[in-house]
Amino acid sequence: MQGKKNWKSLGLVALLAALGLLAGACGSDGEVASGGDDGFRIAIVAPSASNDLAFSQSIVDGVGALTGVSAVDVTDGTFIVDDAAAAIRAYAGEGYDLVIAHGSQYGGSLQEIAADFPDVAFAWGTSADTFGLPNVSAYTAASDQGGYVMGAMAASMTNTGIIGVIGPIAVGDAKLYVDGFVTGATQSVIGITVNVNYIESFSDVALAAEAAQGHVANGADILTGTAQMVVGATGVAAEHGAKWFGTQSNQTALGADIVVASQVYKWEVVLQGLVDGIKQGDLGGESHTITLENGGLAIEFNDGVDAGHARKIGEKAIKEISAGLLGTGT
Amino acid sequence: MSEFFTVASLVFVVGSGIRLATPFLLAGLGETIGQRSGVLNLGVDGVMLLGAFGAYWTILETRSPVAGILVGIAVGLVMGLVYGVITVSLRAEQGISGIGIFLFGLGISDLLFQKKVGTPIPIRGFGDLHVPLLADIPKVGEMFFQHSVLVYIAFLLVPVVAFLLNHTTFGLNVRAVGENPAAADSLGVSVVRVRYTTILLANGLAGLAGAVLAAELGIFQQNLTNGQGFIAIALVYFGAWRPIGVMGGALLFGVVSATVLQWKTLGLVSGAASSLTAMAPAVLTILALVVISRTVGQPAALTRPFDRG
Repeated sequence: MQGKKNWKSLGLVALLAALGLLAGACGSDGEVASGGDDGFRIAIVAPSASNDLAFSQSIVDGVGALTGVSAVDVTDGTFIVDDAAAAIRAYAGEGYDLVIAHGSQYGGSLQEIAADFPDVAFAWGTSADTFGLPNVSAYTAASDQGGYVMGAMAASMTNTGIIGVIGPIAVGDAKLYVDGFVTGATQSVIGITVNVNYIESFSDVALAAEAAQGHVANGADILTGTAQMVVGATGVAAEHGAKWFGTQSNQTALGADIVVASQVYKWEVVLQGLVDGIKQGDLGGESHTITLENGGLAIEFNDGVDAGHARKIGEKAIKEISAGLLGTGT
Repeated sequence: MSEFFTVASLVFVVGSGIRLATPFLLAGLGETIGQRSGVLNLGVDGVMLLGAFGAYWTILETRSPVAGILVGIAVGLVMGLVYGVITVSLRAEQGISGIGIFLFGLGISDLLFQKKVGTPIPIRGFGDLHVPLLADIPKVGEMFFQHSVLVYIAFLLVPVVAFLLNHTTFGLNVRAVGENPAAADSLGVSVVRVRYTTILLANGLAGLAGAVLAAELGIFQQNLTNGQGFIAIALVYFGAWRPIGVMGGALLFGVVSATVLQWKTLGLVSGAASSLTAMAPAVLTILALVVISRTVGQPAALTRPFDRG
């Protein structure tokens, strides 16, 4: 009798856990992209929610803008690398035409998996390393460019002379963005103070909010940040009337009254070339970078916030960086 | 380092530490009640996530923070009922059951968010409540008396829970069931009823903790709690199963986290030092746990299901 009860309770627990995992999996719907019905399937594995208004959303939006793709499947929220590796391997085994591993932490796993599936094309970002494998493409963003533009704008808008930056971990495009932002601000206006706080997490929303509180308490009237945890910081900015500069995706929805501009990643600029190449038999082997010049980076201004002459400063910087006349110092 | 040791900086650190401590405190108080009756719930984080989503969605739809908080508590109570059935009635192993609840909460909260909301949309919480007269005291007012009403409620619950556990018949029954359920049963105490009650209280507080998090941050996102529920469980051990101890642990964790944030904001730590100092709150908590575990014992019947035979 006791044995039966134990089996029943174990079964119930297993059912609960399975429901939870299934629910999580169901949260990632397959999406059908627009374009032709030539059977080209893309799979995306990303570390955070596909609607995070930041890193993961940028790749989902980019793939959604592609033509000639018949199906897109997304596995998001795979912040545990082993889970992501399992998903990447599963997609490769199911014969997807392009498997995108959108997270620099997936590199080690991808190197192993790509070698096991030489006939499947893989794309890894953000990174410039293809491991020397002919079926791996790498992609990254010159996010320092947009960072520089925003930094220059922020420096011209601040009344207190203090700007706050909330960063995740100082790696990859996050670090590039922050470095570009700091350079843009400090080179544009003498005497500007830019305080940078890397909270050592991509996902701790509460800590990001407190980091923003700290910046405001230290006098910052303009904030910026990168990665999915910034949704906590934007709330603090809105509460204190500080202006916000966003990156990775258009973040106007997080604060129509405070978001001045966002650097938006248009990954489709490089992905379309990959898709077209794969259809011709070229599985990859090169690295690609989105920039202001090639249109992969776009600065989208929020018309609801009057940036005044800062917008002109930003537009000028965009032109000069695109033309190669201005460096970001990174 | 002199930039840190200014009045303004220290005032900010204390205030920030109190804000950071609040969700840990609420969840920790609930878990304390549960564990004192012998029930361990490793699913606190999952319940917090469900409570957070329930509160967030309610506030988004109704624009009422009060309604959101009540829904968060209600969600916690429902999950408490589920957990009670699993661990008390079915006598399932508590550790595994709790992990199941955590995974369930993590998955369902994300699914519901994706289906009902989609992209993160900001909400408005309660805002800060300045306590009359006290909020105007220079510096002290800013540290302690200019917080959200939810922060005050959390800290006021500490003496309430302490009184409940130590000075009421119910609390006596809870402690008896947690130490020796067979003996309590022989004296006429309904172990099942006591455990169900404590589980409901515990999970209601966990739901409230999640609701407070969502309301104060003004947003919801996948895995919003980022493991705070597990920290709250650790704080119960840190606090030696006493509400005042749990409060002390939550404040220690919060203030150390706030101190590290302030150091980074002021540029006092960077690079590798930044990564090392980010570990400080967790390391201090573990060290304190090691010390305390040598001197204080857990409830004797913790994690042991009761079978009347």
